[in-house]
Amino acid sequence: MISLSNITREFVVGGQSVFALHDVSLSIDSGEYVSIMGPSGSGKSTLLNIIGLLDRPNQGTYVLSGHNVTDLDADGLAVMRRRHIGFVFQFFHLIPRLTAEENVALPLMLAGVHGKERQEAVDKALAAVGLSDRRKHKPDELSGGQRQRAAIARAVVMAPSIILADEPTGNLDRKSGEDVIHVLEKMNAEGITLLVVTHDPEIGSRARRRLLLRDGAVAEDKRPDALRA
Amino acid sequence: MNIRDTTAYSLRAVVTHPLRAFLTVAAIAVGVAAVVLLTALGEGVRGYVTKEFSQFGTNIIAVNPGRLQTHGVPLGVFGTVRPLTIEDALALERLPAVESSVPVVQGNADVEYGRRTRRTTILGVNHAMLRAFTMDLANGEFLPDGDPFQPRPLVVLGATVAKELFPDRSPLGEAVRVGGNRFIVIGVMAFKGTILGFDMDDIVYIPTARALSLFNREGLMEIDIVFNATRSVESVVKQVTTLLEARHGAEDFTITTQQQMLSVLDSVMNALTATVAGLGGISLLVAAVGILTMMTIALAERQKEFGLLFALGIHRRQLLVLVVLESLFLAGSGGVIGILIGIGGAVLVSHLIEGFPVSLEWRYIAAAEMVALFIGAVAGVLPAIRASLLDPIETLRTE
Ligand SMILES: Nc1ncnc2c1ncn2[C@@H]1O[C@H](COP(=O)(O)OP(=O)(O)O)[C@@H](O)[C@H]1O
Ligand SMILES: [Mg+2]
Repeated sequence: MISLSNITREFVVGGQSVFALHDVSLSIDSGEYVSIMGPSGSGKSTLLNIIGLLDRPNQGTYVLSGHNVTDLDADGLAVMRRRHIGFVFQFFHLIPRLTAEENVALPLMLAGVHGKERQEAVDKALAAVGLSDRRKHKPDELSGGQRQRAAIARAVVMAPSIILADEPTGNLDRKSGEDVIHVLEKMNAEGITLLVVTHDPEIGSRARRRLLLRDGAVAEDKRPDALRA
Repeated sequence: MNIRDTTAYSLRAVVTHPLRAFLTVAAIAVGVAAVVLLTALGEGVRGYVTKEFSQFGTNIIAVNPGRLQTHGVPLGVFGTVRPLTIEDALALERLPAVESSVPVVQGNADVEYGRRTRRTTILGVNHAMLRAFTMDLANGEFLPDGDPFQPRPLVVLGATVAKELFPDRSPLGEAVRVGGNRFIVIGVMAFKGTILGFDMDDIVYIPTARALSLFNREGLMEIDIVFNATRSVESVVKQVTTLLEARHGAEDFTITTQQQMLSVLDSVMNALTATVAGLGGISLLVAAVGILTMMTIALAERQKEFGLLFALGIHRRQLLVLVVLESLFLAGSGGVIGILIGIGGAVLVSHLIEGFPVSLEWRYIAAAEMVALFIGAVAGVLPAIRASLLDPIETLRTE
C-alpha cells in the first residue's frame, strides 16, 4: 500500500539545513493500524505530509498503491490525494460558514460527485461518526469532539484507502478524544489503513503497529501482537 | 467540480460577509452608475444638438461676409471686404443648382402694440425662409414673394411675441410698431421651443430690405442657400464661390456647409463625451482598487480554508476559478446595480429638468458592465494566484 524508500526531507532555514526526515524507509500494508510517536520536532508531521502527498521528499522514492508518486505534478498529486487519502487535523479545519453536512460534502463536491450519490455518501459518513442529528449545525454550534467527528466523516466520505490523523485528540478532552479514536478504529476495522500521530502513550499503544521517530529517523517499529502471535 | 457547486460555493463565500460585500458592490455600482448616467446625459445632449442642427436638411449652405479661413495676413490689410447684398442673394438664386436663397439680417428692437411693448429679436428674411428651414405657421401667412428692394411693411410674429402682445385676440391684420415703424401682422409662427437656450419663439420676421434700413446696415449678415439635393455640396460650393468672386473681385466671404457645422459640433461633443466617460472611468478605477483591497483582506483571512481545499484534492485551477468567481460576483452585481442606478438617475434627470435630453446608450452600458467584470477578474486573479500558491502545510499547522 505505502512504500517509502530512503526518503529524506530537508528544510533550509537561514542557510542552516534541517533534516526533518533522514533516509527513512518504511512499508505499510493495506488495512494496518499504525501509531506514530516521538518527541516534538522528530518529523512525525513531515512523514504524514509526505505520505499524504501534501509535501514532497528531497530524495527517495514513494510508491502509493502501486503508483510511483514521487514525480507526479501538482494536479496528479491532487487526484491521488482525492482518491486515496483522508486527512484528520489537530485543529479540525472545518469551514465555519458551512454546515456539518456541507463540510463533509466538500471532497465529493471537488471531485464532481453530485445529486443523490453525493447525498448518500454524506449520509453514510455522518451516520458512521454518529453525527446524523447534527448535520445542519455549523462548526461553532458543535462541541470539539463533534467537530473532529465531522472532520473524520469528511475524511472518509470519498472512501479513501488511508486515513492520516495528525494528533487528532490533541485539542480534545479525554472523553471526546476516546470517542474520536473509537470512530477512527471503526474505520480501520472496515479496512481503511489508519496512521495516527499522537503524544498520548495510551492512544499510541492501542495501535497494532507502533512507530517511534527520533531526529527524523524511525527509532522503533514494533508490532506487539505480531510478536505475541 | 460542477458549475452549480462552484457557483454556490463562491456565492456563499461572498454573502458570509454582508458588509464587506456591500461595500465592494457599492464601490463598483457607484463607478458604473457614474459612467451610465454621465454618458446618457452626454449622448443625450449630443443627439439633441445634432438633431436640432440637421433638421434643416443637409442641402443648405451659408455664406457670410469676410474671410474666416484666411491663412497668414488678414485680408482687410490689402483690400476692403465688400458687403453681401440682396443683389448677391438674387444672383445666387439664378444659379442652376440653387433652389432658393435667404438674405438674413438680425438685430434687436422693440415691438409695440397699443401699450404693450416687447424687446425681441428681429430677423430680416424673405419668403424662402419658411421652406428652407422647414418652419410651420400657426396662423395666417409667411412673408410674401414680393419686390425684394421695396417690400411691403409686413411682419410675422413668433409664438411668444404673439402671445405677449396679443394675449386675448388674434394679431392677424393688426398694425404693430417694429423699431418705431409700422408693420401689418400677416402671420404667427407655430411654437418651436428653445434651441441651446435660444428662444425660437421670441422672434419676429420682417422683409430683409426693411431690416437693413431698420438697423441702418449696408450688408447682410448671411445668405442661406438651399440647393438641389441631387447636386453635390462640392459642386454647389464651387458655383457659389465662382459667382461671388466674380461679383466681388475677391474671395471676401466664407462658405459654411451643414457637414462642416456638424463635424465641428461632433468633435466638440466627442470631447465632451470622452471627458464624461473619463470621469466615470476614474470612479471605476477607484472601485477597482477598493475591490482589490477587499479581496486581499478577505482571502488573507481564508488561508486555512484554501489549505484545507488543497488537502482535499482541489486543483490549482479550480481554486483560481472559485476565487475569481467571487470577485466576479461582486463586480458583476455591482455593475448591474450601477446600471440600474444610472438608468434611474438618467430618467430622473429627464423628469426633473423638463425636456433635458438623455440618451441611454447600450454600448456604453455594456462597456461599463464589461469593465466592471474586467475589474472583478483582475482584482480576483491577483489574490487568487496568491491563494493558490499558499503552502497548505503551513496554513494547516495552526488553529
Ligand atoms: N516548513 C518548514 N520549514 C522549516 N523547517 C521545518 C518546516 N517544517 C518542519 N520543519 C522542521 O522539521 C522538523 C520536523 O518537523 P515536524 O515534522 O513538524 O515535527 P513533529 O511533527 O514531529 O513535531 C522540525 O525541526 C521542524 O522545525
Ligand atoms: Mg507535528
